[in-house]
Amino acid sequence: MMARFLAVLWVALAGAMSLSTGPAFAQSNVVILSTTTSTQDSGLLDVLVPLFEKQTGLTVKTISVGTGKALALAARGEADVTLAHAASLEKKYVAEGKMTNRRLVMYNDFVIIGPPDDPAKIKGLPKALDALKRIAESQSRFVSRGDKSGTNVLELALWKQAGIEPKGVWYIESGQGMGQTLGIANDRRAYTLTDRATYLAFRKRVDLPILVEKDRPLLNIYSVMEVNPANGPRVNVAGGKAFAEFMLAPETQAVIKAFGMDKYGQALFVPIAGKKDEDL
Amino acid sequence: MSLFGQGLLEALRLLVTGDPEVWQITWLSLQVSATATLLSLLVGIPMGALLALSRFPGRAFVVSLVNTGMGLPPVVVGLFVTILLWRNGVLGFLELLYTPTAMVTGQLVIAAPIVTGLTLAAVQQVPEAFRLQMLGLGASRPQVIWVLLKEARLPMLAAVMAGFGGVISEVGASMMLGGNIKGATRVLTTATVLETGKGNFDVAIALSVILLLITFLVNWALSGIQQRRRA
Repeated sequence: MMARFLAVLWVALAGAMSLSTGPAFAQSNVVILSTTTSTQDSGLLDVLVPLFEKQTGLTVKTISVGTGKALALAARGEADVTLAHAASLEKKYVAEGKMTNRRLVMYNDFVIIGPPDDPAKIKGLPKALDALKRIAESQSRFVSRGDKSGTNVLELALWKQAGIEPKGVWYIESGQGMGQTLGIANDRRAYTLTDRATYLAFRKRVDLPILVEKDRPLLNIYSVMEVNPANGPRVNVAGGKAFAEFMLAPETQAVIKAFGMDKYGQALFVPIAGKKDEDL
Repeated sequence: MSLFGQGLLEALRLLVTGDPEVWQITWLSLQVSATATLLSLLVGIPMGALLALSRFPGRAFVVSLVNTGMGLPPVVVGLFVTILLWRNGVLGFLELLYTPTAMVTGQLVIAAPIVTGLTLAAVQQVPEAFRLQMLGLGASRPQVIWVLLKEARLPMLAAVMAGFGGVISEVGASMMLGGNIKGATRVLTTATVLETGKGNFDVAIALSVILLLITFLVNWALSGIQQRRRA
């Protein structure tokens, strides 16, 4: 039996060798894209990445993490291009010279959702800041991502502007992605801040209506940035640039504009290539 | 229909229709974890046998280390190996991060202590008198080890099953080292996390069912070998 066992071992090892040589492609053809979870969870990248690969012959490795980590990885030279959605954080990295050539790609918006009985009485308020103030005053449960994602960065900025330090038993930090956080908010009958795309994807399972929307600070702006090659060795500058240009190309912007119509009956993102932050 | 029912139906549908992406993910899971398990046998069996048969100062400490290693958290392994493989890291020049090879490396680190620890236990349970008798009859040390390993083969198959079970089911290291890249490094566990994050709970359940199924089939085959001699 031992002999047969050894034979199996050798066959498997031969398989292992083919595994290690097989998918190992020349890395200059590889572009590492660090991005937020929402672009992946909404399915947008599943449409755009194959298009890009077909046009350029490059291979994209999408590392889908929160915006905070996506930028941190890029700042260490562990990615070639970043698609993120936290303007304040992005500008900080650009100012430090870690990221270059920040350009707006598209936007959608955030909404505040909560239990239908609305204990903090925020339904229909025009200002997100007023809504947060009422939630804090009434100590109504609020679920925060707590993960330095783009959504979390915006949420914390809003609390700060409202002059509130969110703390206490009513403030729950999930430390998880948007989908899981929606599940927790639903389960705990709590308020939360979510991007509209993920909310639509979860609408069937989340019984929390939209209570506040369409306020300027709730705009969710995505931008693409290239990685400064000084951040580390082996940054694929040309590949990163090619992906950034691709995101801004008119054909790609048209695809973004139509994305989501078939599944949700409404577009999930609005393309804005060429616009500046001040234009919005 | 309940969510579980939907998930089971979806699993059936994906398997029956032969969804190419699901097959590719399943095949990669098997390939990565089987490779890691086999490599861990190459490392773990000699280490475990040597450790079982040698006596040296600090042996108890080394055995404790191995036993602790049997419970090594995959995320911790994932984090450390990722840092090594970063472009900026010590092994960055290999450009292995986000490849199946990186995942095999992580899983090898997870499985090797499990195989070492269980081999150690298996070889040690062979009665001491048997070994002394062989030595008395003039057997060389390699001969003794070979015979002891043959004697301990049944519990060692348990080591194979435990090692494989440990790595096919882990998600932390595969997520960090592979990056869950579609068509390249997405395996059953990371795909399950992704689909849960997307809210596609039925697909997530379906992937879980497939994972359980292949784990069962592999263990069934190994148990078959293990129990045949007993019958």
